[in-house]
Amino acid sequence: MSLLAVDNLRVTFPSDQGPVEVVRGLSFALGRERLGIVGESGSGKSMTGRAIMGLIGAPGRVTADRLEFEGRDLRNLPEWEFRKLRGARMSMVLQDPKFSLNPVIRIGDQIAEALEFHTQLSASARRVRVLEALEAVRIDDPERVARLYPHEVSGGMGQRVMIAMMVVMEPALMIADEPTSALDVSVRGQVLDIMDDLVRRRGMGLLLISHDLNMVARWCDRILVMYRGQIVEELGAGALNTAQHPYTLGLLASLPKLNEERATLPILDRAALDGFMAGAAR
Amino acid sequence: MTLTQTMTQAPARKLAQRVWPPLRFVLTVAVTFLGLLAITFVIGRVVPIDPVLAVVGDRASVETYEAARQAMGLHDPWVVQFARYVGDVVQGDLGQSVSTGRAVADDLARVFPATLEMATLGILIGVALGVPMGVWAAARQGTWVDQVIRVIGLAGYAIPAFWLGLVGLVLFYAKLRWVGGPGRIDIFLDGMVPVRSGLLLLDSAIAGNWEAFRSAFSHIVLPATILGFFSLAYIARMTRSFMLEQLGQEFIITARVKGVPERVVLWRHAFRPIRVQLITVIGLSYAGLLEGSVMIETVFSWPGIGNYLTTALLNADMNAVLGATLVIGAVFVAINKGSDALYRLLDPRART
Repeated sequence: MSLLAVDNLRVTFPSDQGPVEVVRGLSFALGRERLGIVGESGSGKSMTGRAIMGLIGAPGRVTADRLEFEGRDLRNLPEWEFRKLRGARMSMVLQDPKFSLNPVIRIGDQIAEALEFHTQLSASARRVRVLEALEAVRIDDPERVARLYPHEVSGGMGQRVMIAMMVVMEPALMIADEPTSALDVSVRGQVLDIMDDLVRRRGMGLLLISHDLNMVARWCDRILVMYRGQIVEELGAGALNTAQHPYTLGLLASLPKLNEERATLPILDRAALDGFMAGAAR
Repeated sequence: MTLTQTMTQAPARKLAQRVWPPLRFVLTVAVTFLGLLAITFVIGRVVPIDPVLAVVGDRASVETYEAARQAMGLHDPWVVQFARYVGDVVQGDLGQSVSTGRAVADDLARVFPATLEMATLGILIGVALGVPMGVWAAARQGTWVDQVIRVIGLAGYAIPAFWLGLVGLVLFYAKLRWVGGPGRIDIFLDGMVPVRSGLLLLDSAIAGNWEAFRSAFSHIVLPATILGFFSLAYIARMTRSFMLEQLGQEFIITARVKGVPERVVLWRHAFRPIRVQLITVIGLSYAGLLEGSVMIETVFSWPGIGNYLTTALLNADMNAVLGATLVIGAVFVAINKGSDALYRLLDPRART
């Protein structure tokens, strides 16, 4: 049984010009593995993550033929039931710790919150778990960091705190939505390393959402390439060179190389791409 | 630098760190007050009212006029006059009021508590209702709850105070007899409570005179509720927009991702960060109420500072006007300093 099964997932928002579908019939299954979703901004990858977490509020609408997590149907799950899953069985690391951590609550208290609402642990037991979680993300002096406010830590440490917050309940599924794009290049590898280590050691499923093909190829087992709300190609991580779809090929071609010989990088020919996709749909 | 030098300097620096903040606080307050005094002093000199004529009357002879002018020190250079003015104020002497014939300081000690009592009760009502209403409206943005709260707020802006006061009196005093009428207390109880703070509710409670307390309460409840309604309109509207801003932040999504119940998302994650902004809003409304609402004080025959200031202005009673202005200025300074202190308490980012 797969951890997460998604079949024909659609996310729709109303607009002045009628409903706009941002995710258009997505289907995939996720086991205890690392699955990457790549695509440009606006391709619907973040909305996919939020739809799985049940965080698309009105006026957005989520439909699917199948949306199952650990064998439970997430469609039409009442909010109070969904809340018991969020933070406990599934969690999500957001992009920028500068905005995703509450500025006026101490880091330790923010991490303890998942325990506060999902367990019966006493305050002192929660504290022990918080310090363990901080240690797990390789923070050397957890006691001190737990007392700090988010503005007192660096971006890299902020993101490690975020990860600690999301793994403290040892969920089965972790979604990471652009977890490193707001960070300095120098700490990106470290943060991904920590996340990867936790995911593997605890046997969690990871859904890594990013626009960075190379990064996803390096940290994931499988890659889904998304364009305009649809999956256009699925690739094995080591098999970027087997890509067939013109969109994926376009993405790959637009990556600068170290020993670059081209004067300008190619841009996507969207007209040709749309023509290709219309042909494929027919 | 030798080791001993370092060791002797460290405690000195620590001491300076402890002494400097309160010292700086006292200094800024002193400078602000000096500025305030300078402004009231200048206003007192530039208004086209001759303080000498106000004392001797317009039929006095030139000699009497000159003598009075001399006696009042108006021949002295203005620097000397200002120094004398500051010295008098520091000693609590704000001069005589022409219209009441008493010392302005005594008058203010009588009228300001009346306003303070009403404004405090008003702001408490405004905060106790306005803040939850604003939070609720933001949480239910766009629904009928939001609309109803918006209409209540709009009414608070649009309805004139005197009209609400009069209608309130007709309905709750004259018709229903639920509340006391104009004035601070029933006439037969007036002056029965020994004055300690000047706040009738507090004084009667201290004296254990519960009959007086009930009467004072029944008199204050209607005007204070009306004041509260006006500040509620502003506070609820600002709370709503502050909350909406916070509810759109990423950390709200983080909280929901953690499975935090919506009530906690609202009050812990969204409300906590806006407390600092709310303090500014509440402080400003409170200061506004402490200026004295002339309309409400007139309709309810409330012997407050708004009434006093208006009467003084109409009678060209400059000492009283300047004294009242000074008190209102001091209120603003105090509220500003108070909210600054609260900022540091509530926002970790403002502490450094």
